[in-house]
Amino acid sequence: MKYLLSGFDIILVFTLLWLAWRLLATEDIFKAVILFISFGLVMALTWVRLQAPDVALAEAAIGAGLTGPLFLSALRRMERIHKQERRLDFDEDRDDDTHPQ
Amino acid sequence: MLNPTLLYSLVGLALFGRGLFALITSSHLLRKILAVNIMATGVFLVLVATAYRAGSGEIDPVPHAMVLTGIVVAVSTTALALILACRVQETSNISLLRAGNTGNRPKEPAR
Amino acid sequence: MTPTRNDLKQKRSDPFPLLVSICIIGMTALLGKIIWSLPTDTHGLEDQVARHLDQSGATSPVTAVLLNFRGYDTLLEVMVLFLAIVGVWSLTEAPAQGRAPDTSPVQTSVVRILAPLMCLVGAYLVWQGSHLAGGAFQGGAVLAGAGVLMVVAEMPLIMDVPARILRLGLVLGPAVFWAVAVWCMIKGGALLSYPEQMADSLLLLIETGCALSIGLTLAALFVGGRPKHDLPALTKTPAPDNGGTEC
Repeated sequence: MKYLLSGFDIILVFTLLWLAWRLLATEDIFKAVILFISFGLVMALTWVRLQAPDVALAEAAIGAGLTGPLFLSALRRMERIHKQERRLDFDEDRDDDTHPQ
Repeated sequence: MLNPTLLYSLVGLALFGRGLFALITSSHLLRKILAVNIMATGVFLVLVATAYRAGSGEIDPVPHAMVLTGIVVAVSTTALALILACRVQETSNISLLRAGNTGNRPKEPAR
Repeated sequence: MTPTRNDLKQKRSDPFPLLVSICIIGMTALLGKIIWSLPTDTHGLEDQVARHLDQSGATSPVTAVLLNFRGYDTLLEVMVLFLAIVGVWSLTEAPAQGRAPDTSPVQTSVVRILAPLMCLVGAYLVWQGSHLAGGAFQGGAVLAGAGVLMVVAEMPLIMDVPARILRLGLVLGPAVFWAVAVWCMIKGGALLSYPEQMADSLLLLIETGCALSIGLTLAALFVGGRPKHDLPALTKTPAPDNGGTEC
């Protein structure tokens, strides 16, 4: 039982870290937001593991259920603003070119 | 045997560090806000992990209450930051804050 | 295209991210060493909380800490939420709803079923918060989820709620909380030191008010801006419009 719990710990921890790394490193911001929502859900699982059911409920409802839609609606709003402009001078989702040519 | 308090504290620390790195280096405003959220989650993880006692069933409720407060504060700051980011883009059409970018950037061929 | 790409690739090797990562790794390692050396067999405040739990008016320790022992924090947190919505409302107006011409009947009926259920779950979470996991924040968040669902599905009338009612809902939680806090002070205690025999009903009152306000605030934050029909006063007469943000 104890080893089972430790194994669960390890899987949970690696999932968390992998999701965080992916979501902060990915190029596509939409993908990052979706990964953030799943990160919030895994986080809720972690709170349950650490015997914090109150925090787990709040995280599942707020962290995954509200922050994600907030990001999505902000993204849609930004894209709408982009579309209203006459021309796009640069791509939004490519941020690795630090300097102008 | 793994000590869960230690393990999860270190994971929280790693999340905090990763978020801080992304906050400083990434240029898209939404990604910066995401990074702040990851940092906040790391701090919460450290707090809740220190409240967890492996052996006994007892837990310290004070950090839990603090984290609960923190989650709600984090979501409200996120909402305000997102609105501010939208405003930045509305007024400047720049969702990116880059070093040396003054807004009138030479044009790039579209992909 | 390709030469510029190569150019960019060359220029990418600037030392800034490397420097930042070295600094952050150093800081993280230092903090990790501190965490590693923390004593593990310490006791936090759980004994004190357990000792005073029967005076707090709640049987769930987290709720007792949240609303009674550290009620001050929660009061300020409700104010933070309120300030956030004031900030959002004063920054932007709500974006226009792109009325979808053909809303699927499945979507509408699913929302019609789900939204009342979510309200019920929210109320249950608030109610059970005094003895189990749950409370004002979780219940409020579920209520906000119902609101977000209705906004996303573009249910009729949801965006046309009069701004006055919205404002009343937004201030309800902070107002109830402050009223109770000041009432406790007038009754002869300190701020937020509830009388023992009334503590449970006072906590439930605060929780109900706060849950309603939190749900409404979070949903309004999702809508992201001041309601359209609230705006003409803002744009036409700029001088006497301060009544808007102060609520």
